[in-house]
Amino acid sequence: MPKLTIADLQKIKEKYKADFTLREGGYTVKIIVHMGTCGIAAGARNIMTAVMEEIAKVNRNDIIVTTSGCAGLCAKEPLATIELANQPPVRYCDLTDEKVREIFREHVLGGKPVEKYALVTGCETTY
Amino acid sequence: MEKVRSHLMLCAGTGCVASGTAKVKAALDQELAKKGLTEEIKIVLTGCNGYCAEGPVMAVYPEEIFYQKVTVEEVPTLVEEHFLKGRPYQKLMFREPEKKAAIPGMKDIPFFKHQVLRVLRNKGLIDPEKIEEYIARDGYQAAAKALTEMTPDEIIKTVKDSGLRGRGGAGFSTGLKWEFASKVPSEIKFMLCNGDEGDPGAFMDRSVMEADPHSVIEGMIIGARAIGAHHGYIYVRAEYPLAVKRLRMAIDQATEAGLLGTNILGSGFDFELDIYLGAGAFVCGEETALMRSIEGKRGMPRPRPPFPAVKGLWDKPSVLNNVETLAQIAPIILNGSQWYRSLGTEKSAGTKVFALTGAVNNVGLVEVPMGIPLRTIIYDIGGGIRKGKKFKSVQLGGPSGGCIPEHLLDIPVTYEDIVATGAIVGSGGMVVMDDGTCMVGTAKFFLEFTADESCGKCTPCRVGTKILLDMLTDISEGKGREGDIATLEDLSRDIITTSLCGLGQTAPNPVLSTLRYFKHEYESHIHQKWCRAGVCRNLTTFWIDEKLCKACGACLRACPSKAVVGEKKVPHKIIQELCVHCRTCYDTCKFNSIRILPAAFEGDPNEFLAKTAVGEKEEK
Repeated sequence: MPKLTIADLQKIKEKYKADFTLREGGYTVKIIVHMGTCGIAAGARNIMTAVMEEIAKVNRNDIIVTTSGCAGLCAKEPLATIELANQPPVRYCDLTDEKVREIFREHVLGGKPVEKYALVTGCETTY
Repeated sequence: MEKVRSHLMLCAGTGCVASGTAKVKAALDQELAKKGLTEEIKIVLTGCNGYCAEGPVMAVYPEEIFYQKVTVEEVPTLVEEHFLKGRPYQKLMFREPEKKAAIPGMKDIPFFKHQVLRVLRNKGLIDPEKIEEYIARDGYQAAAKALTEMTPDEIIKTVKDSGLRGRGGAGFSTGLKWEFASKVPSEIKFMLCNGDEGDPGAFMDRSVMEADPHSVIEGMIIGARAIGAHHGYIYVRAEYPLAVKRLRMAIDQATEAGLLGTNILGSGFDFELDIYLGAGAFVCGEETALMRSIEGKRGMPRPRPPFPAVKGLWDKPSVLNNVETLAQIAPIILNGSQWYRSLGTEKSAGTKVFALTGAVNNVGLVEVPMGIPLRTIIYDIGGGIRKGKKFKSVQLGGPSGGCIPEHLLDIPVTYEDIVATGAIVGSGGMVVMDDGTCMVGTAKFFLEFTADESCGKCTPCRVGTKILLDMLTDISEGKGREGDIATLEDLSRDIITTSLCGLGQTAPNPVLSTLRYFKHEYESHIHQKWCRAGVCRNLTTFWIDEKLCKACGACLRACPSKAVVGEKKVPHKIIQELCVHCRTCYDTCKFNSIRILPAAFEGDPNEFLAKTAVGEKEEK
């Protein structure tokens, strides 16, 4: 590591921001991929991978991804729920790689829920 | 793939490492790889999390789920359930002793809920071996501010106004100490850190050095700037290998990054830092002895004045601060003295870390605002007394401290209030004792320690502690004599007033404080040859109350010398000739049917116990 200046301290802090958003909270978007047995069987793994790739592309620190269990609607898996700060969560169903990438662009980045893929809004409390 | 979606903060403090962190880490690595999660889930080894009793512990972010007692066997299920399918795994969650429901969130667990973290601000949140993670949590910002925006006088004023007092035991104002050294003109001065933590049961400093070594280094840089020192040493005992390793690593990283060495952060200020390993002598925690030890001489104290601020290490002006004190400095500089004063009391500002051990449910490291009642620490954070036993006393301040009884548990934890009880805040060791503890034995334990650790330079300490110990040993063996209590008190006062250093001046405290609150125990040891707690073997007769005995056979099976006889439905009896007075039967019995009587007891136990029970009530 080269000798640091005071400005470097700030740069390092910025660089590690994503890590500490995870640990300390303060995220603005939470994406939940439902990965129960039914979800995994229906391809939730690919949905997760697609979401992670999209986040890496835009380099945003305030988006977190978590998994959760079966949402109870196994016929419509893979499911994912997107929670934007101060907005009701939106649950999407029958996802594919392309669909979830479109949702990511429109809803997560653009702030507009993609109604054609949405199952419900303001669903039951998510964990 | 760059994005990581979850961090597993696995505790790698000494406690959890001993409980198997390395094996759990290997198992996690393997399972995560098997499920293809290696890229998106990161394992971070942290310093001590504080909840040592239930290790290895692991916090999972962003969900903030807290797992305890993680075993290799449980790892596959844990990975499948939580990290793959997102279902937090109940089996490994914290449960309150009385209630059965699992508590998933760290913030909901009483042990964590009542704590306020300043010294331990980074515990369990950063990897102590990575300087970047410390910097990401505002690390070295305070050093930058102190070196470029503040004059030495401003630094000293801020620390003085904050009310911070030395956390090593004596509680002297840190700002004043810095001021004294800053005013002594000298080309060469030394900034020193005392990591020679020696009180039995205390491990605050070790945990800070292990979990957040950079916070100590940053405090030292700021202190060095304040007093005008360009050289420093961290004196740490060699028995703390993990702390030494992490400090070394931290010093190397900081030097490489230009945070130590010449022209720190381009400010023109130079400070070099080294580690000096101590051999673990208790007396080397005393400042003049510690400095002699660094000089390569035998660690022995010398009379003060001159104080180290004038003539310290190699006769140069020196400041010695405790690890925890130094870890408090950076946030004070960043947030100001008023922020620091927002917690604690007028004379005891801020927070203090305690090592909570002994007979409490939640053994571990806790940081609380000063002024909090002892009862809150022991019952809310500590979860009360283990195995539903009764509280007897809490020992504060190690061998220099004293025992505080039940009726004083509501006093606030401040330097003054604790001293008024006869104990001291000390470095923060807090040993909780239940009713199975003999107070004569407790005093004897600490005197064994100080008599052994006395450096021998001055007679009152060298000979006095030995005589105290011999007398306590006699009393606990049934050889106590009339007048012993008065002699113990007199001798204690003599040792306190005439010893050279803090070791001797405080060594009799455990005797005096147990005499103050538990004199009746000394009296029954001496006069009745009776150790009511059943600890001193020569002073007990174990007897089974047939009316209460359920003839369950538990004590009969547990007795190592086959002294208990009886069979199903026939109340048991102890054959006194075979009894070795080990108290196993007493601890085993679930029905409270075993009674402790004086040595070689003859007569009617029921009558005797009825009589003494009345006597006890009157005493109170």
